[in-house]
Amino acid sequence: MSSFETTIGLEVHIELKTKSKAFSPSPVNFGDPANENTNVIDWGYPGVLPSANKAALEGGMMAALALNAQISRDVHWDRKNYVYPDNPKSYQVTQQQTPIGHDGYVEIQMPDGQTKRIGIKELHVEEDAGKNSHSGKGYSLVDLNRQGTPLVEIVSQPDITSPEEAYLYLEKLRQLIQFTGISDVKMQEGSMRVDINISVRPIGAAKFGTKVEIKNVNSFQYARNTLIYEEERQREELMAGHTIGQETRRFDEPTKSTILMRVKEGADDYRYFPEPDLPPIHVSDAWIDEVRSRLPEAAATRVHRYMTEFGLSDKDAAVLTQTLEMANFFDQTVANGADPKRAANYLIGDVNAYLNETQLDLQNTKLTAVNLAELIKLIDDGTISTKQAKKVFTAITEGKDPKAYVTENGLVQLSDPSKLTPMISQILDNNQQSVDDFKGGKDRAIGYLTGQVMKSTHGNANPKVVHELLLAELSKR
Amino acid sequence: MSNSLPREDAAHVAQLAKLHFSDQQLDVLTGQLASILDLVETLNEVDTEGVEPTYTVSNNVNVLREDLAVKSGQKAALLANAPETQDGQIKVPAIIDEES
Repeated sequence: MSSFETTIGLEVHIELKTKSKAFSPSPVNFGDPANENTNVIDWGYPGVLPSANKAALEGGMMAALALNAQISRDVHWDRKNYVYPDNPKSYQVTQQQTPIGHDGYVEIQMPDGQTKRIGIKELHVEEDAGKNSHSGKGYSLVDLNRQGTPLVEIVSQPDITSPEEAYLYLEKLRQLIQFTGISDVKMQEGSMRVDINISVRPIGAAKFGTKVEIKNVNSFQYARNTLIYEEERQREELMAGHTIGQETRRFDEPTKSTILMRVKEGADDYRYFPEPDLPPIHVSDAWIDEVRSRLPEAAATRVHRYMTEFGLSDKDAAVLTQTLEMANFFDQTVANGADPKRAANYLIGDVNAYLNETQLDLQNTKLTAVNLAELIKLIDDGTISTKQAKKVFTAITEGKDPKAYVTENGLVQLSDPSKLTPMISQILDNNQQSVDDFKGGKDRAIGYLTGQVMKSTHGNANPKVVHELLLAELSKR
Repeated sequence: MSNSLPREDAAHVAQLAKLHFSDQQLDVLTGQLASILDLVETLNEVDTEGVEPTYTVSNNVNVLREDLAVKSGQKAALLANAPETQDGQIKVPAIIDEES
């Protein structure tokens, strides 16, 4: 097996979260009734003039900056010509000759701890096509709502040499883009789409092997599985003395294999030419600086800040920065006065467990940073025990105010010595053996006694106060 | 230079445009397309040494639209111009799934 090497290049399309389309003012809004968000420009009517959306171009600039790429200073738009029902103009406006970004890189953390740099060849801003649905009854239906939605296409260098590296690259790319705020980057909703190119050659061969293109990959897991299958298939073909055809395949989930879609004959013939209806763009230093100043804090910067300012472990900081929503939620919880370590523990533990259980995204829950911070403060000032906090947490997942909930349900921690001391005396009377053990130097005995006090108060006693009172009472005996 | 277009090239262009011609039609159209190309070819006689390529006819640069959404409210009118519709969508002949 080791006598072959694998070359993988990935083309990733990211849908931008702009309000309007790339070249027309129609709204961009997923899930609206079919063809609601279309106008004469989207339908490619004769005589209409497109206009370029500033936010779409700047989205491309932000992606370029996040991927350490150079920004092209002189950009013009190009037409890519092809005829298809979801493409009413019969061309797609893109940046074939002058991509907004070029020569960037993404750094991935390899399992052995090493860092590997994957080159970014280029990034272009372009427009999405409409959506065809196939009836299977002799006709298809076309919805042009998505037609013209701005995309950024990110083309990697063929630097990826294994399915695992491809997976790590996609995860990292998603994080980098998500922290710019330009896209939701969700594979399952189509706001991130991946096309794969893979070839295999004997080690030492001068030329790359024939590359196979794979479409219809809709999760990172599928991308990895597709590549594992395809790498093996190509090796076996070569070992059997066969040649690899230049073809497009698609991943078939049920059989975990790739299926031939079509054989490519010659290069695609898109007859690109410069778009005459849109003026060219010149990008100045000042413009780049202005766009850079609007970029939110990157994940790597946040990890560093969480470790140095709040003393979090690198592992915890990494979990908090897996998604922008989580990192923002953490920052807001701390800004609302919560202890950072406790806030981190809550998000990594209870909140993540809640999200997994409900299959919700953080922003779609009733959890708020204000309520979580309030809950944490109630623990820290001794009002409620950590056990009571579990109930309060459930309440805040239902959108309830923690303070009001605590008052309404009488969840106030028992910290009053005049109430606790008689209880403790009684428990000591009933547990002479433990008292003797403690006197005899067995520190563990105090744990047992604390447990007895907690039990008799149904978990409502303040453990810190109980501990102090127990020591005081024991010293009297 | 005249009639320099190979017949296969004309057939290829027709295929890209999803146009279907009989052999006879293709013969006629190959000739017509060749003479159009020959005419355009005369532009190559112009000396363009030192002339910047023209991407657009205006001299405007950086004309960009602010990102504000505008609903056209023209869905019904647009659909009325489609040859056939169903459920608010454009009905087209079955697409043989070669792209996605």
